[in-house]
Amino acid sequence: MSETILEVRDLKKHFPIRRGLLRRVVGQVKAVDGVSFSIRKGETLALVGESGCGKTTAARCILRAYAPTGGSIKFKVEGREVELAGLKRRELRPLRRHIQMVFQDPYSSLNPRMVVGDIIGEPMLINGMSDAVARRRRVEELMELVQLPRAYYNRFPHAFSGGQRQRIGIARALSLNPSLIVADEPVSALDVSVQAQILNLMLDLQDQLGLTYLFVAHDLSVVKHVSDRVAVMYVGRIVELAETEALFERPLHPYTEALLSAAPTPVPGAVSNRIVLEREIADPANPPPGCSFHPRCRYATDVCRQVLPELQEAEPGRLVACHRAKELSLAGVGAAEHVVA
Amino acid sequence: MADPILSVRDLKTQFFGPEGIVRAVDGVDFDVYEGRTLGVVGESGCGKSVTARSVLGIVDRPGRVVGGSIMLRPAGGGPAIDLARLTNEEMRKYRGPEIALVFQEPMASFSQHYTIGNQIGEGIKLHMGLDERAAKKRSIELLDMVGVPQAARRVDDYPFQLSGGLRQRVMIAMALSCDPRVLIADEPTTALDVTTQAQILDLLRSLQQQKGLAIILITHDMGVIAEMAHDVSVMYLGRAVETGTVKEIFEAPRHPYTRALLRSIPTVLAKPRTRLPTIAGSIPHPFDRPKGCSYHPRCAEIIGAVCETAEPPAVDTDDGRQVRCFLHGGMEAAKAGVAA
Amino acid sequence: MAQIDSEKYAVATQLQLTWWRFRRHKLAMISIVLLLLFYLLAIFADFLATTDPHATDARTSYIAPQGIHLFDDNGFNPHVYGIKGQRDMKTFKLVYTIDPSRKVYIDFFGRGYEYNLFGLLSTDIHLMTLKNAERGDGIYLLGTDLLGRDLWSRLVVATRVSLTIGLVGVTISLFLGVLLGGISAVYGGMVDTVIQRVIEVIRSMPTIPLWLGLAAALPNDWSVLQIYFAITIIISLLAWTDLARVVRGKFLALKEEEFVMAAELAGASQGRIIFRHMLPSFASHIIAAVSLALPAMIISETSLSFLGLGLRPPAISWGILLQDAQNIQTLALAPWLLVSAIPVVVVILAFNFLGDGLRDAADPYG
Repeated sequence: MSETILEVRDLKKHFPIRRGLLRRVVGQVKAVDGVSFSIRKGETLALVGESGCGKTTAARCILRAYAPTGGSIKFKVEGREVELAGLKRRELRPLRRHIQMVFQDPYSSLNPRMVVGDIIGEPMLINGMSDAVARRRRVEELMELVQLPRAYYNRFPHAFSGGQRQRIGIARALSLNPSLIVADEPVSALDVSVQAQILNLMLDLQDQLGLTYLFVAHDLSVVKHVSDRVAVMYVGRIVELAETEALFERPLHPYTEALLSAAPTPVPGAVSNRIVLEREIADPANPPPGCSFHPRCRYATDVCRQVLPELQEAEPGRLVACHRAKELSLAGVGAAEHVVA
Repeated sequence: MADPILSVRDLKTQFFGPEGIVRAVDGVDFDVYEGRTLGVVGESGCGKSVTARSVLGIVDRPGRVVGGSIMLRPAGGGPAIDLARLTNEEMRKYRGPEIALVFQEPMASFSQHYTIGNQIGEGIKLHMGLDERAAKKRSIELLDMVGVPQAARRVDDYPFQLSGGLRQRVMIAMALSCDPRVLIADEPTTALDVTTQAQILDLLRSLQQQKGLAIILITHDMGVIAEMAHDVSVMYLGRAVETGTVKEIFEAPRHPYTRALLRSIPTVLAKPRTRLPTIAGSIPHPFDRPKGCSYHPRCAEIIGAVCETAEPPAVDTDDGRQVRCFLHGGMEAAKAGVAA
Repeated sequence: MAQIDSEKYAVATQLQLTWWRFRRHKLAMISIVLLLLFYLLAIFADFLATTDPHATDARTSYIAPQGIHLFDDNGFNPHVYGIKGQRDMKTFKLVYTIDPSRKVYIDFFGRGYEYNLFGLLSTDIHLMTLKNAERGDGIYLLGTDLLGRDLWSRLVVATRVSLTIGLVGVTISLFLGVLLGGISAVYGGMVDTVIQRVIEVIRSMPTIPLWLGLAAALPNDWSVLQIYFAITIIISLLAWTDLARVVRGKFLALKEEEFVMAAELAGASQGRIIFRHMLPSFASHIIAAVSLALPAMIISETSLSFLGLGLRPPAISWGILLQDAQNIQTLALAPWLLVSAIPVVVVILAFNFLGDGLRDAADPYG
């Protein structure tokens, strides 16, 4: 097994809720509340969950776009281990090149006033590659890598479709040879017919360049296509973490089960025994006591209503935060090949 | 099958912008039956939302329905009414009691200054002639029907006090307030999470069974279509390229676009880390609609010159489906057209 | 907006895109031409003036406007009529009126009163002067006022004063607005709160009494130039708040843009983020805001001077010219004095249309 390059322990990010004229803090939104996982070199770890589960906040803490409230983010860079959690803006700057990001919105993520060549080349310029000729050569290499014609070097973003813009964003993220790429919903703003192109591109690039991805998404079907391991988040915590195939075939957490069952599949009549969760996702500013999923869980017992379950190893390589994980036998979705004529 | 409630033929809607005319909807046919759901599916720019708005007569300026017919069969029998010919004033009689709409973004479709009870009651008072108290009672019933918990208390809430899922339920209650026979749902679950989406789709299905609603469901999500629709119309750049029953479309798609689209969808059933078949290129802007069959630059099964020059007509196949592709006929007509 | 095949569109900068959109805005295009003409008029005011705008002469009091006659008996020979004195038999006052029997010929590029072009070049050449003028004769295109001063000459010079007071004022408030709005947005927290409260206090003050107080505080013995600058500064000290709000709002919105975050994650310095990514993005909005702030400035000056609180005679501005047209009696005797209101209305409208057009064009994605 390859080495671990990122080790997140007990990561917390709380946003204060301020009210009134004096902006007094009246509460905390615990967007991320004790998240731990690690990423190995060359793999894709998917962070999955519904809106408000804290997946994007967690990713932004790792990118250090946010300062975490607590916990540690150990990142291996050039052979040594750096603690990212406590670093100041100035100390972070030389490290930024090693973790890059692919954004969700292909429209707002590219400066409309810069040509594509400058957009892709900017990170290199910032990080001291001042030779314009060499930079241009590298940009053209990158454009080829993401399958954009070199001739588009001087075009502005407004001339590109969503899919092409996302390719530009990927080329920019690759320009500094980062050891980790955080992709925040990279295909959710794209049309279906274009989604597949970008997913394939990301897979191909990973094989070619040995990239490591942290893939943040809400769409389980997309996740199934790209990730090696999946971490499912619910109200600021990871409820289950497992290898992709195992998680989809035999989920251990009732929330994972419900999520899988709710995912629409393009097979007419497949919906017969869907689990429809009742009520709404818990409020991260005011989570229920015990397991935050218990009000919606059909397997909940008294202990679930009182005691917060820890994320524990249920089987080798599988972590789950559920009191009843051992006794429940939950339904997944089969890996049956779905064939379309 | 009984006669359709709503029958759309050769619908054309165009936008007259400063850059020129955009043919957003360019000849769409479909029928909607009582108790059945027609799924209109397509990617951005295919004209699915404009189609819905055209049927309701609420196309935003500078857009306008320029051709075709939208025949509505009245509840009490009698001759069908062509909605495309009505004035805005006359149309108002049908919007609500006959056809109602559920939008994608429930937050944007509510006024923030009135309680949800007020807003549901508005239409009831207008169309059903009920007084204030009766309207409120009916509002509570409706909220109850769409599964809003503690409806009697919630009726006095303002829209911003509700979660996304609840807002969409309220939106549906509002649409159903005047007992319409046709419900148009334009991406009703796109802004929602999967678990909430499952709830809303469930609700729509059970409402249809209770009331025999005819639903036009507009979405980009093939999964939602597979789950909800009885009949499907696949749109691409303003045209319905293929129409058939859900089973036919998913199990034996005919049009190359439908086939490619279905193959390119990621699904939870796939093996992990598998590459998906893709459709080459990207969707052209409606200004630059390609000549001939507008799908030909991306088509893997292009026949040749004919696809590049002639527009394939809608061909009724022997099993009652409709396809716009020269692979399935229409070649003779095209050749005749070229010759003439 | 993805006409991929059009290469010209693909490599068009934001400036070009903005221009293409702006060009379609007919009213704004007309406005920009009008405004250019007005500013040309302002630059060459003295050259275009036919007589010294300050020169008074009792004989020429309230002469009605007269046009230029292009032909006389000998063909093309532009001329105006002279004036003659006549005793009014009721009041026994000597009244001067136009005398069609005496032709006074126009001399193009002739010499008149001395002035400074651009403050550098001292010259006395004017577009039109008179050749065989007797005392009191003049090209009274728009007539004269009570003191016998030529209204056309006064109006062009007033245009210069009123239009530049807007420019100078906007420059000052632009500087203050961008600086304080920017600081407010970048630093946030306490600084932001203080600046925002100051803006609110300034905006809540009733402007007319405030001007009254400030203008009254100006020493009486100041020169025209000193008063001019003092008025500009007073106006812009109050007008920067709008711009500061625009800048702050735009700054905060841009901070959330993903491309700004992308630059930050690439390790860009604060300076690079602000100057390379943020400022260019809202330059167009600032220009639009400025073109909407300019007419407000011009109106302020005009109303101040009209009320007698701004510039005072012998300075000439639109407000001062309108002050002359204040009472009914004057208007009955010399209705042409009202002409001074026309450029005010035209310029203000033109600026507003221009600002609207710019704002619409500035955001091809908005």
